[in-house]
Amino acid sequence: MGNVPTTVKHCLSYEQLVQDYPWLRRWLQEEKTITGHGYPEFVKIVEVGPRDGLQNEKEIVPTGMKIQLIDMLSRTGLSVIEATSFVSSKWVPQMADHTDVLRGIQRAPRVQYPVLTPNMQGFQDAVAAGATEVAVFGSASESFSKKNINCSIDESMLRFEEVVNAAKERQIPVRGYVSCALGCPHEGHIQPSKVAEVAKRLYEMGCHEISLGDTIGVGTPGSMFKMLQSVMKEVPTNALAVHCHDTYGQALPNILTALQMGVCVVDSAVAGLGGCPYAQGSSGNVSTEDVLYMLSGMGIQTGVNLSKVAEAGDFICSALCRKTNSKVAQARGRNL
Amino acid sequence: MAAIVRLVNRSAFGPAMGQQYLSYSSAAKVRAAGVRAGQALPDKVKIVEVGPRDGLQNEKTIVPTETKINLIDLLSESGLPVIEATSFVSPKWVPQMADQVEVMKGICRKPGVSYPVLTPNLQGFQAAVKAGAAEVAIFGAASELFSKKNINCSVDESLQRFDEVMKAAKEAGVPVRGYVSCVLGCPYEGKVAPEKVAHVAKRLYSMGCYEISLGDTIGVGTPGSMTQMLTAVTREVPVSALAVHCHDTYGQALANILVALQMGISVVDSSVAGLGGCPYAQGASGNVATEDVVYMLHGLGIQTGVDLSKLITAGAFICRSLNRKTNSKVAQATCKL
Repeated sequence: MGNVPTTVKHCLSYEQLVQDYPWLRRWLQEEKTITGHGYPEFVKIVEVGPRDGLQNEKEIVPTGMKIQLIDMLSRTGLSVIEATSFVSSKWVPQMADHTDVLRGIQRAPRVQYPVLTPNMQGFQDAVAAGATEVAVFGSASESFSKKNINCSIDESMLRFEEVVNAAKERQIPVRGYVSCALGCPHEGHIQPSKVAEVAKRLYEMGCHEISLGDTIGVGTPGSMFKMLQSVMKEVPTNALAVHCHDTYGQALPNILTALQMGVCVVDSAVAGLGGCPYAQGSSGNVSTEDVLYMLSGMGIQTGVNLSKVAEAGDFICSALCRKTNSKVAQARGRNL
Repeated sequence: MAAIVRLVNRSAFGPAMGQQYLSYSSAAKVRAAGVRAGQALPDKVKIVEVGPRDGLQNEKTIVPTETKINLIDLLSESGLPVIEATSFVSPKWVPQMADQVEVMKGICRKPGVSYPVLTPNLQGFQAAVKAGAAEVAIFGAASELFSKKNINCSVDESLQRFDEVMKAAKEAGVPVRGYVSCVLGCPYEGKVAPEKVAHVAKRLYSMGCYEISLGDTIGVGTPGSMTQMLTAVTREVPVSALAVHCHDTYGQALANILVALQMGISVVDSSVAGLGGCPYAQGASGNVATEDVVYMLHGLGIQTGVDLSKLITAGAFICRSLNRKTNSKVAQATCKL
C-alpha cells in the first residue's frame, strides 16, 4: 500500500467515505451482520450413507445389498460416495466386508469412492483393495479421541501423518474429518479455536478437504457461525465441508449458515441412515434427500437427481426393515 | 487490500445500486433467489404456540376436554407468550374443536399470556367473545383453488366475510390476527405467486389485523421461496407485523424460519411436539415442533422467554395422551441422552 496517491488515500478513508455517502455506513453495517450472504452456485454433496450411515445401523447389511446401494447411488449424479471403512472388523462388524464391497461395486466414471483408513494397516488394505481416495478421522475433543480411538489428538495426528505421507507417495487424495466440531458427548462445549487447530493440522499435513462434523447434532446456526469463523482463519473456505447431524433437528439451518459463509461441500446420508450412538433411537446423519430439496429450492446446482436418491433410500430402508429418516421421502411416499 | 478496494468500488455506486454491487463482488456469486437478508437477527422472538388448536385439529384422536385444558395450562407455565387455545368453527366440520367453550372457560389464564381463538365468521366471533375470548384470528388463502376447496368461496369472498368479524372485533376492542395459507405453495395450484401472497396479506393488514401469519401450509417452501415471498410481502406490510408459520413436511421449516429471521421477522408460529400432521400427505409431518424452534433460537442467543424443559414436559404429556411419539427431535434426543 506504499505509493498510493493522496486522492486515492482520501477515498480509502472510511470516515471520509461515510461523510460523503451517509447511506454507506448503514449498508456496510447490514452487510456485516448478514454473515456474508453469497450462496455458492454449486454444492458438492458427499454421500456418507454406505459408510457413516450403515456403520451406525444395528442390522448387519449383507455385502450384496451394500454393493447394490452404492451402485444405485452411483447413478444419481453424486460425485462422491463414501464406500466403506478399513477398520478392524472387531470394532465395526458392519464394515467387515470392506474389501468385498470395494471390489464389488461398479465404479461410475467421475465418481470418487473414498474409504476410511484410521491407520497404516487400514491404508495398506484399502490400497490393496483398489481404493483411490481415503479419509482420516480426527477429533476436536480430547475425551472423544481417547474414548473413540484410544489415543490423544496429538497421537492420532501422528498416526494420520503416516497415512497421509503414504497416500502422497501413491498420489491418493486424503480427506480429513474433524469430529465434535460443535460439541462433545463427554466434554460438552468445544472451543472453536480447538476445531480450527485440528482442522489446520489436517490441512497442512496434506488433506485436500476437511469435513467439520457436528457429531452429536447439538450445534445451531449460532455455534456453526462461530466455529466456521474460527476455522476459516486457518483453512481456505473452498477446502471445507460440513457434516451435520440432525439429532436436534438443526442440520438444515446449520448447513444453510455454512453455505452463507461460503462453504460449498455438504456431507449427508441417503434416507438419513445412521442413528446417533450417543442418544439411542435418535436420528443422526442429515438426509441427502432433504438437503437436495433445500438446495434445489434455492437454485443451487448439485448435479444430483433427487428422485433417484430417494429410490436408493427406499431400497436400503426396505433392506433394513426401517422407515426412512428423510422427510422429503416420507412426504413423497404419501402422494403429495 | 482487496477489502479496501471493495470499499472504493462500493462508493462509486448510488444506494439504489446496492444490489447490483453484489453482482460485481469478488465474493461468492449471489443467487438470484434473493440472498440478502435485511437486518441483523432480532434480539427477541415471540413464539405463537398453535399446538392446542392447529396441532390438535390435525390429530386423528379426539382429545378429552380436560386433557386439552391441562395441555394449555402446562404450556402457560413454560413461558410462552401466545397460545392459540381453540377454534370457534362448527363442530360438524371440526369435531376436535367441539368443546371450544369448555376449553376457553376451563383454562387458567396466566397474566401476560394471550389466548387467541379462531373465528371463521361472525357467529363464531360472537360465541368466542361470550366464552371469554380476548383475541381472535381469521384465515385467508393466497390460492383461489385452496380457498374454494377449503371454505367454499373465493379469496375475495372470504375476506368480505371477515369484514363483519373485523367490524365487530373493533367495536369490542378485540385484536385480530390474520393468517394467510399456501404462501409457498398450494396442494392444488402448485406454485403461488409472491405478489398474490402480498396482496392478501396487505388486505388483511388494511382491514385491521395487527399481525399477519404467513403459512407454508404444505411445507414445500425452501429458503429460496421464503426469501422471494417475504421480499414481496414486506413491500406491502411492515415486517414487525409479520409472522411465519412453517410446516416441516419436507424438513425445511427451521431453515425457512432462519431466513425469515434474517429478513427481520420476529414472530414464529410452532406447535409443541410438532403436533398436527399434514392433511395433504397422510402420515407426513405438519407443524414445526416448538421445542426444535426454541432450541435453535436459544442457540442463536435470541430470547424467547420460554423454558425449554417445561415445554418438553408439556409435549411429553400430550404425546402420552395421544398415544403417539413426539415429532420434536429435541424432545427425542433429550429423552434418550
